[in-house]
Amino acid sequence: MAERQVSYAPTEELELIRSTAREFLADRLGIPVVRELMMSESGFDRSVWKELAELGWTGLTIDEAHGGGGFGFVELSVLAEEMGRAVTPGPFLASAVLATEAIKAAGTAEQQAALLPRLASGEAVATVAVWERPRGWGLDDVATTATPEASGWALSGTKRFVLDAHLADLLVVAARLPDGEVGLFVVEAGASGMSIDQVPALDPTRRIADVVFDGARTAMLLGDGPGADALARALRLGLVALANEQVGGAQRCLEMSVEHAKTRYQFGRPIGSFQAIKHRCAEMLVRVEQARSAAYYAARVTDDTDELRVAAPLAAALCSEAYLWVAGENIQVHGGIGFTWEHDAHLYFKRAKASTLLFGDPRHHRRMLGDALGL
Amino acid sequence: MSDIDRVDALVDRLLAEHSFDDPQAFWGAQYDLGLAWVWFPEGFGGLGLARGLQSRINRRLEEAGAPTWNRRVNILGIGMGAAVLAAHGTDEQKRRWLRPMFTTEEIWCQLFSEPGAGSDLAGLATRAVRDGDEWVVTGQKVWTTLAHIAKWGLLVTRTDPDVPKHRGLTYFVVDMQAPGVDVRPLYQITGEAEFNEVFFDEVRIPDDQRIDDVGAGWRVAMTTLMNERVAIGGDTTPRGSGAIAEAVRVWKESRSDDPVLRDELVRLWAEWEAFRLTAARASEMAKAGTPGPEGSTGKLVWADLNKRITSFTVELMGMDGAVFPGGYRLIRPEGRDEMPPQKAFLRARANSIEGGTSEIMMNIIGERVLGLPPEPRVDKDVPWKEVPRG
Repeated sequence: MAERQVSYAPTEELELIRSTAREFLADRLGIPVVRELMMSESGFDRSVWKELAELGWTGLTIDEAHGGGGFGFVELSVLAEEMGRAVTPGPFLASAVLATEAIKAAGTAEQQAALLPRLASGEAVATVAVWERPRGWGLDDVATTATPEASGWALSGTKRFVLDAHLADLLVVAARLPDGEVGLFVVEAGASGMSIDQVPALDPTRRIADVVFDGARTAMLLGDGPGADALARALRLGLVALANEQVGGAQRCLEMSVEHAKTRYQFGRPIGSFQAIKHRCAEMLVRVEQARSAAYYAARVTDDTDELRVAAPLAAALCSEAYLWVAGENIQVHGGIGFTWEHDAHLYFKRAKASTLLFGDPRHHRRMLGDALGL
Repeated sequence: MSDIDRVDALVDRLLAEHSFDDPQAFWGAQYDLGLAWVWFPEGFGGLGLARGLQSRINRRLEEAGAPTWNRRVNILGIGMGAAVLAAHGTDEQKRRWLRPMFTTEEIWCQLFSEPGAGSDLAGLATRAVRDGDEWVVTGQKVWTTLAHIAKWGLLVTRTDPDVPKHRGLTYFVVDMQAPGVDVRPLYQITGEAEFNEVFFDEVRIPDDQRIDDVGAGWRVAMTTLMNERVAIGGDTTPRGSGAIAEAVRVWKESRSDDPVLRDELVRLWAEWEAFRLTAARASEMAKAGTPGPEGSTGKLVWADLNKRITSFTVELMGMDGAVFPGGYRLIRPEGRDEMPPQKAFLRARANSIEGGTSEIMMNIIGERVLGLPPEPRVDKDVPWKEVPRG
């Protein structure tokens, strides 16, 4: 767990990715569109996914031989940050991060060649089905079973909190092999014996579903064997992407608060001239910048497995709490208007809370970090 | 010859021609070669080169095992006083003070804070009244490090009470051994006296020890404080070092497996690590010439974390934390004294007060970084003598 020297200076390429992303999201997925999507049945618009594919986002970290952009996680984390800033709905995290990284880490060459081009092109959306209990973030809690059959496997069990399962064409499912190891199976949407039931989400800009497997059939076991390490890596990368997303959201909340504090007058003064508000805003900036450091650092050490065991939970614990706190304070700074449906503060607050629970809560991340540090 | 080659050649010469046995003589030679403050003009300890070259010089000297502790021993002189003299002093003043400052023959202290002027430094009340070619100073300063061994002090005084507070200040260098200067130890909550109170009772200062114009004291004080931030900030420490190292040591020694305590320990470790990563990021951005908001958070975060970590470390010790090893002794600390967790816990309370309170730091972030409007000021255009005090 040696710390790594990394560079934070934004390159021209990163700046270009950032500005392109910000423009596109403002243009195509501005807050009015987000609000429309969040009240819709599916929560997303597949035609947008096509546009993201044309921009290269859906296959950003997939290598060029498989139709992707061949970029690294630093580039991806810039997109995640911008999407967090815009509370962008949709399956980017599920498909372009979690499922993509699981397939990259676990799949054989043939499997990758069969799956990754479909994801990169935007033709298919994927997700991962891992968790089964509300606080069962560890892979020990995987109880779904895989039973070998004449031609393939039959999966049985119930997965919960599956991101964007109702949008997915492919599901990467964690299930117990007969020897007790966790294997990663790829199940196509519409497979018999699989039913997907979207549940109402606290954060309506990121949907979740229960997925029941009742003897669902698949022929594809990624890597033809155990996949726990690969899944752990994909989940850590998911944490890193999520942490950067949280930084983007928190930064936007800070900006909203500062803007309001400058223009809202009470007692004949802008409320930002009162230390009670000014110091709250200063504290928000402090928390955002500390979180940003952890998120940026993590994005820069993803190729170092040992260091990622420290950096990912570090970023996840800090960014989760920072975002939730900043998003909550943003409502407080706005006063009554901040509590209305009409104001955007609640979109961020809901995203912040749900995202602290997705792949582990901050206590879980600290437990993981303590383990990695030998504390 | 490039500037780097020139500096390297001079460092080679310094190392070749001067032994380390007599550090003061070595520092004198370093000064004479222009390697003391390389960005100062020639003849004043510098060569008129880029400031960034100084860290190269310092590193080379350290690697060669040369004495470099003058910067630590005389930190207020070398770190701040020199910059003040360079920016605001006359050539005569620079000639008189810079060399013995660098060689540590003359130690310097800084006389800014007063019992009635802490965060509101510009409200200070120590009076200086002109009397021919001299000034007569009466008043009290507080929190003065090194005053008891200093030869010279950097002193801000009020010379005109009839104008608004920032405009009536004048800056002097005062002889700490002059008649009427009384230095007393100021015992802090640890029982130790790291600092002093300094009383001035009609102390006479020659006018040629005035720095910059009469009434320009605030400007000079700002130069001092900017260099204080440079002198204190900027170091990047290794992961897990500092206050958190002690917490981890105590945790491991306790052999506890209490999950609640562990969660708190890891939380503090994580926050300390984020602070450290932020310092590294800020330093890189600043060096690249694109400093961002991250650079303004360090002091605030460090102070808060140091307080929380040292407090938690004492809690980790259980009832042992209620022991105070050695008891309270009203003494001046000498060099590197033992710092048991209990003492570190007490000492840390000052972190959010010294060098700018956390409240002032938050005002600075709020107003200068976020652009929030300032608090309406009741003392801005009022003559200093009419501003309420207490």
